[in-house]
Amino acid sequence: MIDTLLRRIAQSAVVVLAMSLLAFAGIHLVGDPVYLLVDPAATAAELEAARQSLGLDRPIHQQYLSFLSSALSGDLGRSFVFNQPALGLILERLPATLELAIVSLLISAVIGIPLGLAVGLRDGGWLKRLVSAGSIAGVTVPAFWLSLLLILLFSVNLGWLPSSGRGPVGTLLGIRTSLASWEGLSHLLLPALTLAFANTAIVIRLTEAGTREVVSQEYVRFARAKGVGPLRLMARHIAPNVMIPVVTALGLEFGHLIAFSVVTETVFAWPGMGKLIIDSILRLDRPVVVAYLMVTLLMFVLINLVVDLLYVVLDPRLRTKAAA
Amino acid sequence: MPAALAIAVTPVPPAPSPTRLLLKRFLASPVGAVALGLLLLLALLAVAAPLIAPQNPYDLATVSVMNSDLVPGSRSEDGTLTFLLGSDAAGRDILSAILYGLRISIGVGIASALIALLVGTALGLVAAHFGGQVDAFLMRIVDLQLSFPTILVALTLLATLGQGVDKTLLALVIVQWAYYARNVRGSALVERRKEYVEAAIGQGLPALRVMFVHILPNCMAPLLVTATLQTAHAITLEATMSFLGIGLPPTEPSLGLLIANGFEYLLSNKYWVSIYPGIALVLLVGAINLVGDRLRAVLNPRDDQ
Repeated sequence: MIDTLLRRIAQSAVVVLAMSLLAFAGIHLVGDPVYLLVDPAATAAELEAARQSLGLDRPIHQQYLSFLSSALSGDLGRSFVFNQPALGLILERLPATLELAIVSLLISAVIGIPLGLAVGLRDGGWLKRLVSAGSIAGVTVPAFWLSLLLILLFSVNLGWLPSSGRGPVGTLLGIRTSLASWEGLSHLLLPALTLAFANTAIVIRLTEAGTREVVSQEYVRFARAKGVGPLRLMARHIAPNVMIPVVTALGLEFGHLIAFSVVTETVFAWPGMGKLIIDSILRLDRPVVVAYLMVTLLMFVLINLVVDLLYVVLDPRLRTKAAA
Repeated sequence: MPAALAIAVTPVPPAPSPTRLLLKRFLASPVGAVALGLLLLLALLAVAAPLIAPQNPYDLATVSVMNSDLVPGSRSEDGTLTFLLGSDAAGRDILSAILYGLRISIGVGIASALIALLVGTALGLVAAHFGGQVDAFLMRIVDLQLSFPTILVALTLLATLGQGVDKTLLALVIVQWAYYARNVRGSALVERRKEYVEAAIGQGLPALRVMFVHILPNCMAPLLVTATLQTAHAITLEATMSFLGIGLPPTEPSLGLLIANGFEYLLSNKYWVSIYPGIALVLLVGAINLVGDRLRAVLNPRDDQ
């Protein structure tokens, strides 16, 4: 058990190191950011001075090594554009992105799980056809274009909801969130719905497949034969057993939502880290790009690590295999 | 002799070729038939774009700012052209821009899928054939890559490499190859245990020959389905990256870039600049996905229920 744990952690560390090297080396193949930051009329000497003050004149491997050693102490460089620590910039925007991802995860769970259960209980029917058409739409309609449609309908034509930005952030149960006021919620609604769209299709499919499997099990048929009512059957026998894999999948999907929020945040000008990364790429703000990639990749490596370890803890068969 | 006569006049029908049978089964589903028809139509429109587009939208001699921001159905200033789907701020005909954009989107999607198919298939076969350390190493890379969402992988690559046609293609290939490799490895492992492969190896045939001539042809069915669905995925991903401004450069206006260009006009209700290219994109990706689903059902009859 300890053995598996250590091996997985070592693997994850190697992955993070490789990614940092890749991201950092790659960034250096793109244009020279000095030209973006200095007045176009600057003399060669002024350019040189700026380059020195930003540390861009040193050999690449030295820049990488100093990047790596400071990264370990939590310093991922300073943004060229904001002249602030890059990691701080990212972490400042993290709450907005997390809020968007959590709300859209809740939306897809609240819509997806009941629909998946309902479809999984029956064979065929109009609901089944509707849901399968919806899941094809989920993989076919690009998120960014769906956002435009929603903006056109709800912001431009109906004028019900704002099309960009984050509304006022209030305090609700001690957490700073947009959910505290209607104004804040109205800004959150469209981005969260768009982000939830593709994910809901996945949740429905998973729940449906799980339900189908559970319903055919002996214990469900026995409970039914014993005369257990449909409500109690669902609540006590079916739902809990369907939920275990679905909740695990939802956890994994959370990472995907954070990655996908790049698109949603850009369209709705949601001030999270996804919008920051796109702006930074376009402005060649290298330290912020590298910091974002490191933070996100690290988050993914951690999510994957935790899920893998959870499987080992939950499934005794994997444990004996790992020990052998 | 009536019996002999009957035999003589009833010609034995020639055995239908497997491709024909496949096509017949494919078209048995109305959805599949419509999707295939739509896909062929869109491909034809894309190929013939320079011949059938009302205007060359990137020829400055034919585009006039006098015609900017026209609503769908308007006539041009000099009355020679009808803008069926409206025009953008530069006076470009949206329908023509869509036809040219389809060419770029389909081209990039197919090119990246083909390259990824070649790379992924070769590596998947190598993994399956040699097994052991080679297999473990390759599959570890595949698992690692597939544990990240494709959009994050593409974003990482394009953020580090920069914008451009070659870089977008490279990013799409890197995103896709792992799916092909895993798929081919899976079917090849099943084939490898069969007797005809044992026989080929026993004959002393070289490994390359066994892999490509004996094993590969029997892995084609699932590979074809993967290739179809991956092409749709690649087109969507390219459109997304181009929409964000980090994919194709403005000189290669794919559907994603057209939608991005129309975004700022959307708020003043000039919806046609980005909504129509989006509809073209959805039709294209939808048609490919439905064809892929149908192919899966036809090639794997057990799932066809």
